[in-house]
Parts: sequence; structure tokens; C-alpha cells
Amino acid sequence: MTVYIFFMLAVLAVGSALAMILNKNTVNSALFLVINMVSLSGIYLLLQAQFLAVIQILVYAGAIMVLFLFVIMLLNVEDEEKLFDKFRFKYFLTFLLGAALIGQIFYSIAGAADMLPEISQSMVTVGTVEAVGDVLFTQYLLPFEMTAILLTAAVVGALMIAQHKIKKEEA
Amino acid sequence: MVGIDWLLALSATMFVIGMIGVLIRRNAIVIFMCVELMLNAVNLSLASFSSFHGNIDGQILVFFALAVAAAEAVVGLAIIIAIFRNNLTVDVGQINLLRW
Repeated sequence: MTVYIFFMLAVLAVGSALAMILNKNTVNSALFLVINMVSLSGIYLLLQAQFLAVIQILVYAGAIMVLFLFVIMLLNVEDEEKLFDKFRFKYFLTFLLGAALIGQIFYSIAGAADMLPEISQSMVTVGTVEAVGDVLFTQYLLPFEMTAILLTAAVVGALMIAQHKIKKEEA
Repeated sequence: MVGIDWLLALSATMFVIGMIGVLIRRNAIVIFMCVELMLNAVNLSLASFSSFHGNIDGQILVFFALAVAAAEAVVGLAIIIAIFRNNLTVDVGQINLLRW
């Protein structure tokens, strides 16, 4: 059963990713990215990582994508008139590079197939909120606090960059 | 549950789609979304290794990667707004102030 759900979610994730990069309308691209993230969160649930699934929806599909949509609406950029207006060497090269990269990764996965881990027995307990919080607030407490400082610095920096320049008029 | 090779293959596919998107698109916002997609793909492989090993550290790393991605999205979008205010475009082909 989980196998079918996994393949459904995987097809949804890859399809929405493809639709995202091939869509002319920026808002539609952002919404396809939301679909992609929701299906990834379903895959996290299949991996018994409930905390990550919730965080993926809350932070990515909630906060970050809303931020993206805000910026898209704020800038009000018009659609790109044509994605592939004429055949360019660049597209060909890009496709070639992508095919080479995915070929390399698949080759290395296939080569290491006997070294890959099997499903661990403790998988059901490893991803719960309790387990994550237990480790996060003891062993990884310092990085966690550093994350808070990083987010504060990011917010202050974004305000500094994005605000209007206040012209100082000499009276 | 499927084997971990399928999860790694899905992660690789999404990463490559994101990379192709970064290379072919000219809208800076879409390029940024493709970077988020690549981050997500790597997060997926981290989480699947973590679950299959039965070791929580990978999921903690995904959590920190998510926090960094949020910070990066905020600053990057602020930079895009600042560029748009100066150039009235987010087409990366026309933003060539620093081009040699």
C-alpha cells in the first residue's frame, strides 16, 4: 500500500516540479511549487518523519511560499511571452548537462546499491516530535540558538536592503 | 515501504529539474524558486537516510537547512525587490551592472 502511495506522490512531485519550470506565469509556478512541497511532506510522512512533514507544510508551503507570492504580486512582472522563443544553443547545452548529471547520480546509486541501508527497525520512533525535540534541545541546543540569531539577522538585513532610501533634504 | 534507492532517485530527479530551471529561466523569482526546489531535493535524501539508518541526526540537519533556507529566501527576495526598484525588471539577462 505504501508503495503505491509513494509512487503517486513521487509522480506528483516530479510532475509539479516540471510544470513549475515550464510555466510562463510566475504565480502558477509558485503554486506548482506548493504542490511539490505538499507531496514531499507526504513522502516525509511515509518515512515516519512526522515532525519534518509538519514543518515542511508550515515553513515552506506556508511562510516561504506566501513570501514569494507577496513579492510576485508586489513586483507585478508580466508573463514571459515565450519560454522557448527560438532554438538556442543554451537550451541544448542545459539539457545535455542535466542528462549528464542525472546519469552520473543514477550510476553512482546503482553502483552503491549493495551498500545502501535497509529499513531500520527503529524507523517508527526516530522521527516523532518527541524524539526530534529531545535531541534538538540537548545535543544541538547551541546550533538551535544560533539559528535564532541567524533568522533575526536575516530579517534586519532584509529590512535594510528592501526599504526605500530616505532622501535627506537639506533645508 | 520502497527501498531507499527509489527515494534517492526521486531526490536526484528533483535536483536536476531544479538545476535545469536555474539554467534556462530568466525570471529571477523563478530562478529563486528553483533553488528552493534543489534545497528540498537534498532535504529529502537527508531525511530518507536518517529514517533508514534509524538515526535522528539527519532530520536535525534538515531542520537547520530549513531555517537557513527561510533566511536565504527573505534576504534573496529583498535583494530582488531592491534590484527591481532600480532597474524595473527581474530579467537576469538585462541586469548586467556587474558584468565585465
